[in-house]
Amino acid sequence: MRWYRSSAAIAVAAIMAAGTARADITVGFVTSLSGPGSSIGIPYGRGMDAAYAYADTVDGQKIKLVRLDDGTDPSTAARDARKLIEDDKVDILIGTATTPSASAMMAVANELKVPMISLSPLKASQSSDAWGISVVQPPPLMVSVPVERMVRDGVKTVGFIGFSDAWGDLVYGGAKRAADAGKIKLVATERYARTDTSVTGQALRIFAAHPDAVLIGGSGTQAALPILALAQLGYKGKFYGTPALLNADFIRLGGKAAEGVVVSAGPVMVAAQLPADHYAKKISLTFFDAYKRATGQVSTNAFSPYGFDTWVLFLDAAKRALTKAKPGTQEFRAALRDAIFATKGVDGTNGIYNCHPGSAYCSDQRGLVLVRLVDGKWTYAP
Amino acid sequence: MNAQIAAILAMDGIATGAIYVLIGIGFVLIFAVTRVIYVPFGDIAAFTALTLAALETGHVPGTVGLVIGLAVLATLLEVAARLRARRLGGLPRAMLLTLVLPLVPVLAAWLAAGRDLGMAGRVALSLALIMPVAPLLDRIVFRPVADASVLLLLTVAVVLHFGLVGLGLLFFGPEGVRTQPLTDAMFTVGGMNFSVQTLLIVAASIVFSGLLFLFFEFTLAGKALRATAANPTGARLMGIRPATTSTIAYVLASLLAGISGILIAPVTTIFYDSGFLIGLKAFVGAIIGAMASYPLTAAGAIFVGLLESFASFWSSDFKDAIVFGVLIPVLLWRSLGFRESEEETEE
Repeated sequence: MRWYRSSAAIAVAAIMAAGTARADITVGFVTSLSGPGSSIGIPYGRGMDAAYAYADTVDGQKIKLVRLDDGTDPSTAARDARKLIEDDKVDILIGTATTPSASAMMAVANELKVPMISLSPLKASQSSDAWGISVVQPPPLMVSVPVERMVRDGVKTVGFIGFSDAWGDLVYGGAKRAADAGKIKLVATERYARTDTSVTGQALRIFAAHPDAVLIGGSGTQAALPILALAQLGYKGKFYGTPALLNADFIRLGGKAAEGVVVSAGPVMVAAQLPADHYAKKISLTFFDAYKRATGQVSTNAFSPYGFDTWVLFLDAAKRALTKAKPGTQEFRAALRDAIFATKGVDGTNGIYNCHPGSAYCSDQRGLVLVRLVDGKWTYAP
Repeated sequence: MNAQIAAILAMDGIATGAIYVLIGIGFVLIFAVTRVIYVPFGDIAAFTALTLAALETGHVPGTVGLVIGLAVLATLLEVAARLRARRLGGLPRAMLLTLVLPLVPVLAAWLAAGRDLGMAGRVALSLALIMPVAPLLDRIVFRPVADASVLLLLTVAVVLHFGLVGLGLLFFGPEGVRTQPLTDAMFTVGGMNFSVQTLLIVAASIVFSGLLFLFFEFTLAGKALRATAANPTGARLMGIRPATTSTIAYVLASLLAGISGILIAPVTTIFYDSGFLIGLKAFVGAIIGAMASYPLTAAGAIFVGLLESFASFWSSDFKDAIVFGVLIPVLLWRSLGFRESEEETEE
């Protein structure tokens, strides 16, 4: 038997030497293709299709992509992460659509020491021996950028209306910080629920306070509800919002009332209008091209570019890690993690990425531009 | 708060309340006839809105799959029950009711896919599609345990609600929808803007409550329903079949829920799980009516709508807490008035 085993080993070694010198890099990708998170998870998946069409090798090294669905369930996400690491021996994890699921995956990544790039916001401060980062812009920035713009536009008094949930709290927090710093004055604070059928009461309250501008802390189509209610009352002030308003249905429902709304957005949303020297211009056009090739459609959603950016981050780090260790080994995982946390000045569709240990976010305020709704289209408003 | 603000809030509250009236009356109707506190009732309303939205965008609505699945399941149960009892004589008629009749609107929706039916056609088709859902669920879920205690029926209804929410996600997807307004028209009276949509909601609520009253007073089926509600055993002795009355009750109640779903669809975004909260608020109205009185339920539902509207002005953070907090004093007052529960009188 001995001769058999050794000759088999020689044969395998010969095949490997003839093909690639090293094993393939394996990437484990988890997203929500079903469940309530799928409206975000499916576009993330398409973004990954585009990314894989854009580059399936790094430095001549083949990349293998293993995909799993988490059904918007954190325990499934954690199980997926464990399966990918233990059965598929992935070198890196990417995922997933909701913060609870992404956090669950992150816990597994930290435990089994595999690097991870999260598609959802994570807790901003983390210990310096964490194994992952998040590709999205830090949520507080999504609020402070439009709030700073309000100040620049000469807005003195602000009314806030937002969801009575964590997202509403976050947007309110952004407005509150500016108010505490004396930049603006919060004259009305109102809340509503995602399932509410009417916000007339809240709108009346805001209308009575006569703010110069109203900050919207809702998301999707329901963000149009207070704008419509205030317009019906005859409110003439300005509206500001966050990327949560970037939604085709918001524009359809908001109609004339939503015209002129200013929101913060990833630069990719207005890529065609960006000046030629803007960092996001070239990479965004590359993304649109790859998306078209991969899916046959034109990308309009706000989520697919994030899927693409995780890949850009990964490719850059993998290139550096490959000089240190062989894929498929624990050394490579560690080298990849170090390379991710040492990322400097990588241009993505949603920001310039500079990562450092101890922080979950790599993006800064350059990852957000301001856009205004003009004639039913988001227009770059620098 | 000045008079104008109060007037706007009152108008808004009445419009919201009008939607709760329809659902609240449905609650009372089903409870009176079948003793089921029909928790998934709000889901029926939400599903109607989702059906209408799907028809509007030219898709085959998820209700089609839901109705087909339920009809097949109900028919299988019916056949099995009749085989076991060796009573196959009534089978063709039962098949007609549980299989053929529910599949008629399904077929219509299939044929209409991609065609423009006009607003009236879409509304009618949505209502026709949603109407078989509750009666079929009644056949599958509640008929086998029809004589159980109110508490057991309630528990089954709660489970059914969670099942329906899951099915809603499966058939309608996670996206929220909002349909085109029935009308965009506005008019101004005394410096206040009214939307015709709001008036339409209130008018529909009044008209359908009125029609229900006429049905109960002047038709044999309506009288049979009232008789079953007043004394089930007596009604049965008089030759009123409880299975038939419960089916009629579910069809009628589904119609009410469907209409409220269609009225609410253009006003707000409806998700597959939006129905529960709407149903719960209507339920508060039905509790004020002691799950027995239609006029009191209507008044209670309007009161809930008004309370919600004013609470959203006074303290929007605590709006829902205020609305549901009202349940406690109402229940206290009701429990003082009715010491004997229905369960005890029946024994």
